[in-house]
Amino acid sequence: MPVESAQTFWVFLATSPLFWLALTLAAYVGSDALSARLGRPPLLNPVLLSITAVGAVLVVSGTDYPTYFEGAQFVHVLLGPATVSLAIPIIRYRRELRRLFVPVFCAVAAGSLTGIGSAVLVARAFGGSELLLHSVAPKSVTAPIAMGIAREIGGLPELTAVVVILTGITGAVLVTPLMNLLRVRDWRARGFASGLAGHGIGTARALQVNATAGTYAGLALALNGLFTALVAPTLLMLLMR
Amino acid sequence: MLRSFLVLVLFQFTGEALAIFFPLPVPGPVLGLALLAVLGAVVPGLLDEVAKAADMLLANLSLLFVPAGVGILQHLDLLRAEIVPLVAVLVLSTGVTLAVTALVFVGVSRLTGHGEEA
Repeated sequence: MPVESAQTFWVFLATSPLFWLALTLAAYVGSDALSARLGRPPLLNPVLLSITAVGAVLVVSGTDYPTYFEGAQFVHVLLGPATVSLAIPIIRYRRELRRLFVPVFCAVAAGSLTGIGSAVLVARAFGGSELLLHSVAPKSVTAPIAMGIAREIGGLPELTAVVVILTGITGAVLVTPLMNLLRVRDWRARGFASGLAGHGIGTARALQVNATAGTYAGLALALNGLFTALVAPTLLMLLMR
Repeated sequence: MLRSFLVLVLFQFTGEALAIFFPLPVPGPVLGLALLAVLGAVVPGLLDEVAKAADMLLANLSLLFVPAGVGILQHLDLLRAEIVPLVAVLVLSTGVTLAVTALVFVGVSRLTGHGEEA
């Protein structure tokens, strides 16, 4: 192809929202296949890999984020219905939930408050800015809910999205050695902690290890999202005083 | 499938509408989640109806964070400036959250007579 027509072709591609949509899907499908092939190591997370790959294309091609988002918004808009979908595990396991209501409720409340409180206190102790404090507060909650919370409390949703993913990866790496160290052998508790602290990534990790742990992780993911959305703004107001 | 998706979107829409009319500090889709969790438990057939689209969305949930995550490109200098508190939060806060959640679950299960069955 002559240089001139190659350039014209690129201009056509780069201004077409369809190209950025295709790139987003392709980056994810490729990253996911690579991760599956390598046995899903927690550190090689497909989301982080996809973000890096898409980011590299944007930087190299000198494309700005709004141009990219014109295509990527068709994926982004599904976050809303996906959040609503988190009601499914709650409805499916409602009998189990009713039976174990007290331990489940206490674990969600303790975990959610610890998650928000410790994030804010550690960020402040290490000299983080106010914007960082607000952006990391909902870090253990699944990304669509966390981004909504960050927007409500004056954080930066894009930063929250990345922090949430990094939190999930950290949780997935830490959970097994930490639970062994604490001598927690109950698969329900191990899974619940993994899903609560590490949302979808922690749930995926729990499912790899044990089916019971996976079920409780999914439940914790949904319940923590709901609980944190309800208490985070108030708790943060108290912590910021 | 389409009808299932429509039901999900209607729940989200209702949640967003509630969030506008009652100034709650809760994102609209979360209100939709809560509404669906309550109605799904009492309305027969609702779970099966929404599950078709919901299970597909949940199975591919990770993909949906990519567009927002790429947005971090606009804030790389912020990330660089705050890398120390950020890493501290990731390791310390996530570790403490895991430990507290698991220990409370085990402790309260035992106290309420639902100790581990395994």
